[in-house]
Amino acid sequence: MIQLFKKTNFDFVGKRKSFFAVSSILILISIFSIFFHKGLNFGIDFTGGTLVQLKFNQLISLGDIRSALLKNGINCELQDFPQQHSVIIRIKKGTDEGIAKKIQQILSTEIQNNPFELERTEYVGPTIGKHLINQAFFALFWSFVGIIVYVAFRFKSGIWGVAGVVALIHDVFITIGLFSVINKEISITVIAALLTLAGYSINDTIVIFDRMRENIRLYRKETLYQLINRSVNETLSRTIITSLTVFLVLLSLFFLGGEVIHDFSLALLFGIVIGSYSTIFVAAPIVYEWEIKKTGSRKL
Amino acid sequence: MSIKKFKWILFWVVLLGAIYFLWPTFFWYQMSPKDRLKAQQTREKIVGKILNLGLDLQGGIHLVLEIDETKLGKDMNVSDALNRAIEIIRNRVDQFGVSEPFIAKQGEKWIVVQLPGIKDPQTAIDLIGKTALLEFRLVENTGAIEKVATKARELGVQLKDIYDENHQIKKEFAEFIPKDYEVLPGKEEGYFLVTATAQVTGAYLTDAKMKIGGQYNMPYVGIDFNRDGAKLFASVTEANIERRLAIVLDSVVQSAPVIRTRIPDGHAIIEGNFTAEEASGLAIVLRAGALPAPVRIIENRTVGPSLGRDSVKAGFVACLVGLLLVVSYMIFYYRFSGLIADAALLLNMLILLGLMSLFHATLTMPGIAGIILTIGMAVDANVLILERVREELRNGKTVRVAIDLGYEKAFSAILDANVTTLIAAAFLFQFGTGPVKGFAVTLTLGIIVSMYTAIVVTHQIYDSWLAGRQIEQLSI
Repeated sequence: MIQLFKKTNFDFVGKRKSFFAVSSILILISIFSIFFHKGLNFGIDFTGGTLVQLKFNQLISLGDIRSALLKNGINCELQDFPQQHSVIIRIKKGTDEGIAKKIQQILSTEIQNNPFELERTEYVGPTIGKHLINQAFFALFWSFVGIIVYVAFRFKSGIWGVAGVVALIHDVFITIGLFSVINKEISITVIAALLTLAGYSINDTIVIFDRMRENIRLYRKETLYQLINRSVNETLSRTIITSLTVFLVLLSLFFLGGEVIHDFSLALLFGIVIGSYSTIFVAAPIVYEWEIKKTGSRKL
Repeated sequence: MSIKKFKWILFWVVLLGAIYFLWPTFFWYQMSPKDRLKAQQTREKIVGKILNLGLDLQGGIHLVLEIDETKLGKDMNVSDALNRAIEIIRNRVDQFGVSEPFIAKQGEKWIVVQLPGIKDPQTAIDLIGKTALLEFRLVENTGAIEKVATKARELGVQLKDIYDENHQIKKEFAEFIPKDYEVLPGKEEGYFLVTATAQVTGAYLTDAKMKIGGQYNMPYVGIDFNRDGAKLFASVTEANIERRLAIVLDSVVQSAPVIRTRIPDGHAIIEGNFTAEEASGLAIVLRAGALPAPVRIIENRTVGPSLGRDSVKAGFVACLVGLLLVVSYMIFYYRFSGLIADAALLLNMLILLGLMSLFHATLTMPGIAGIILTIGMAVDANVLILERVREELRNGKTVRVAIDLGYEKAFSAILDANVTTLIAAAFLFQFGTGPVKGFAVTLTLGIIVSMYTAIVVTHQIYDSWLAGRQIEQLSI
């Protein structure tokens, strides 16, 4: 029998203040980056705009493309994938439907020695963008509500539901914060990744809650402090193993899945790490913190 | 029948069913691209039974059109207009020849059009977006347009500037324009002063065809009117011999030939310096009918076939490598028990793909991501169970008891954890447009299937293995 952990006995609840501090720092960094520093780099799915992805015959310098387009009065963001000779041209806001065609015309006349093939174009009008932002928030908000209600019902305690959702908001928010820090674009697929992360994060937390529910019945004499520590320790190897398998497949997706799915896997890779952390160190201690506040007793 | 026997029958039914439904898909992607195209054109049965590739994987276009409410006829509401527009667009797309188009209403005034595997996106977009309102209007013949032009020259403005922002004639020109007339641009050049209402419209059309011929051997469109239209057309031409009749398409004058004789038989031709493609496109939109109001493209995503091919390849490789990693990891960590979990995982994949074929679902790139993610998460149920079994073994239980207790105790955690994930997936589906929806569907199916394969199937494998045997040691 290979074991990652022999029977562990870490005092997770006792060190909760340190973990809360770590989480607070991560959240503060995220808040700072999102609201006061770099902000969020919303993709054209949300801002509206145009994206053109071209595959050139040979390697192409972004400078050539930029100057060719600037000469014709088009100001854009460029991103390249040198291995595929692919270039993504993005123009946010204030574009119309015809600009993708115009870009291709300009480039085929200005860069004649290096022909290209159209890989994809996207045009998103401003009304659609607003519609999508609304929908994304709607989906996130109601899935949180749905999860709280379900957890509260299954575990007969609203506190547990709220604690689980706090942990998942923690994960989603810090992941968004990371995207702000490294200035990655938030597209629809990234939102899909965040929703998936929400599902995964709560899934992870539930397993510990389930063990707590069981142990409360089994060890009636133990304090909540002992019960939580016992439950987190007992489920520790499962938490790590499952995170590892999911992490492995995400690595494969990240490195081999192609550029379309790159940001999606990045969001989830990071989210899984932070999600496992919060499952072990944040979710259950929040329940503890809440309970001692509620009863005003230190003896739990 | 014992429960045990029933479980095994269910197992074989599910397994064989999955293979049965997956078979056409497997067969399909072995076919050469030429054979596939032929099968699609002849609408062979197999086409309806395969797992489709989404727009992002085989290339194609995704459009969202917004109907312009301000230009609706008085007796029409938006919802009727939308349904009518969808019907007409479907008509046009069918004639254009696209396999598996998707055309549907979205929200209050939007129409989603998805055309997979299309070779020439721009032509298709032009075809769909054109209002195609065909009108025949008489041209004013007393020289008023020249007076307008002279006035414009005096003021140093161009003819197109005679309207203000609200499309009303500016005061200084209004006096020259006779009542019930308006100025419309020509397709090639110039402006025409034509009657404000149409004498005959495309509503009376029965047919439109691209033809080549006439004086210059150019492509043109020949149209046929129905009986009412023919009568109307005959009386208009009879009453206006030697006047010019403008053929107006979407408020642009295509040509304005002089009426030489009364045209009694309801045949007319539209000339306008067309290429053959333009003329046949025009014939299609005229046959399909005019949209009830103009539409505007508010979203356009076009994927070329090469990117799609690369994505499929990348997705396939990522899937295989991910699967291999997880399978080896489970065997490494849980030995024989890991092997059983792996068998459940492979069965999970098979059922998932079989179900998607059965529903004739569309596989998108995010959908592939959903499958890959399912691989990672599907083993979670087995990890939960096996960790429990280990605990029971450590507590000194026998193999048989430990296994049964493991399944029993892990069940509530697996159920609750999966249901909460399903809740998130459901909202993802609700929110999802196109590809995101594909992701939500595969994730949801993956979770549900994994509950069966990881809990029921693995348990019955252990049961059969333990039946009538005294096992002292479990490789776990």
